[in-house]
Amino acid sequence: MTRTRRVFTLLILASLCAASAWAIERFPPPEFETDYVMKETTVPGPRAEWRQAVDVTVLFAALCAASWLVLKKRSRRGVFVLMLFCLVYFGFWRKGCVCSIGAIGNVCLSIFNAEYAAPWYVVAFFFLPLVFTLFFGRTFCAGVCPLGAIQDAVLLRPLQLPAWLESALRLMAWLYLSLAVLFAATASAFIICRYDPFIAFFRFGANPAMWVVSIAMLVIAVFVGRPYCRFLCPYGVLLRQVGRVSKFRVTITPDECIQCRLCEDACPFGAIDKPTVEWPQKEYVRGRQRLLILIGCVPLFIAGGAWIGWKVAPKLATAHPTVALAERVKLEQAGVFTDRIDASKAFYSSGKLLEELYAENDEKQTQFAVGSAMVGGWMGLVAVISLLRHSIFWKRSDYEAHRAGCVACGRCYNYCPRHRKWKENKALL
Amino acid sequence: MAQQNPDNLNRRKFLREGLFGGTLAMLGAAAAAISAKGRKTEYVWQIDPYKCIGCGNCATHCVLNESAVKCVHTYAMCGYCDLCTGYFVPEPKALDTAAENQLCPTGAIIRTFVEDPYFEYTIDEPLCIGCGKCVVGCAAFGNGSLFLQVRHDRCVNCNECAIAAACPSQAFKRVPADQPYLLKDGQ
Ligand code: SF4
Ligand code: SF4
Ligand code: SF4
Ligand code: SF4
Repeated sequence: MTRTRRVFTLLILASLCAASAWAIERFPPPEFETDYVMKETTVPGPRAEWRQAVDVTVLFAALCAASWLVLKKRSRRGVFVLMLFCLVYFGFWRKGCVCSIGAIGNVCLSIFNAEYAAPWYVVAFFFLPLVFTLFFGRTFCAGVCPLGAIQDAVLLRPLQLPAWLESALRLMAWLYLSLAVLFAATASAFIICRYDPFIAFFRFGANPAMWVVSIAMLVIAVFVGRPYCRFLCPYGVLLRQVGRVSKFRVTITPDECIQCRLCEDACPFGAIDKPTVEWPQKEYVRGRQRLLILIGCVPLFIAGGAWIGWKVAPKLATAHPTVALAERVKLEQAGVFTDRIDASKAFYSSGKLLEELYAENDEKQTQFAVGSAMVGGWMGLVAVISLLRHSIFWKRSDYEAHRAGCVACGRCYNYCPRHRKWKENKALL
Repeated sequence: MAQQNPDNLNRRKFLREGLFGGTLAMLGAAAAAISAKGRKTEYVWQIDPYKCIGCGNCATHCVLNESAVKCVHTYAMCGYCDLCTGYFVPEPKALDTAAENQLCPTGAIIRTFVEDPYFEYTIDEPLCIGCGKCVVGCAAFGNGSLFLQVRHDRCVNCNECAIAAACPSQAFKRVPADQPYLLKDGQ
């Protein structure tokens, strides 16, 4: 007992004398006399590289299948089965990583960071669905995306949301995308991955807060069709814009719209546009006035957004670990905090100089001030454009799936009598 | 159906096709630019053992219920001490394998007698939870031959490692998948 205590005291003294606490050879490795063979540290390797190629191939095949099922076969059931397969493969089997949504982070980091280059298959995950959407509409969302799938699978009691609410909520997705770009570009965080609300299910694991978010999201998805897709998904924002100019797309009817209105409420995602009646002269004039006023306000919105962005920049910057550390250390130095947290302990024991840390902090703060102001200005522009759109008269003669909003699920097909006719004819052939 | 001006229709079609082509070109250019930076192989997450302070987050923050981070041992650095400060709690009652004397909460370190006065310490990986207690003990008073590593047979390689996000010493980094470990080498 006393012997061990003495040894311990000695050891403590010895370690206090040591300059750095790490990897000090206090006890030279022994020269063994017996024939003891020293073990090697084992290094089990990661997943074999070729498996990435398999993932990309499955992605490509699934995209082809989804596009074919939606546009050519016009089969909701087919899409649904494919969707379940992809949910199991990309979600539960591949544990939700890597996904096209999260790949936004890798692509941005790759663009803005000299040391990082996104691996080829992540680049493929990012671009393939965009290219397919450009040709065929958002068939990726319908049949391939595991996040879309898990929401789609639980949608039992869809509610219709008013259009104004829909477009207001959609701004959240724009904000999420902009922030994701900002945080990835400054090498602070991949927030899309960090706050992925469905990964908890795919891996059966998450921290308690994320479990709450995940379960809440899934419950909402029972009543509101694909809430993540419509109001949060940052990749969905990109897909929407690409979808606007897609070559082919979902048409509710295989040939002509007979204005039967049967599909009117078919879409649980609010993506069916009704034919428009001519605006009455009075409203038209008012709409035009509003449009002019809003256009006049564009610079105001941008400036206002940029100002807000600039104001919140220091707060956002703390997402970067170095900034958070530097701010903490500053306060410790100033005596505001007398205790030390793990991060500051690690900093002090690393032997890094205060000046170095502060310099890094300043650099990040500048990056954030600029980036955050840009995000703010951009969001101002997005907001004003989404307002503008309500003051423009869009001419439409038929019931149509909205180019951006339609996730190509194929639910509306069976509501359309022309589609049913088409199917019967096809069955006869 | 409302009458459409054919001129108008044509113009619209032309515009749409232009936008389609433009977007396609843009996507192509972006994809080319990003792949030009060229990384063929994957990144995986790893802990820089010289930065790790053994805070314990590795045990609790991994998305897997049983952390992918485990303790590993560079035997060549080890002193094979009888009184291993990675193995024993401070001031142990006796230098034996009784649970009360062990630092490891799960008893994941196997102590085997080699020859007088040396003992070998091996990690029983399935038991290790990656809490880093032994790492801190070993680094404080021993040679620092015990340290934490992401074990790639377990890690699902999250795009953003949840532990990295919680690591106070910024010890996690992306390393090329063909060199997936950052082992201490005693140099
Ligand atoms: S909107 Fe986003 S989450 Fe939804 S299906 Fe599309 S990519 Fe997936
Ligand atoms: S396919 Fe039809 S039901 Fe499905 S999202 Fe598009 S418009 Fe809505
Ligand atoms: S003390 Fe913690 S890190 Fe060390 S072997 Fe035990 S469980 Fe693993
Ligand atoms: S990458 Fe994911 S699985 Fe691997 S150690 Fe980090 S959190 Fe755990």
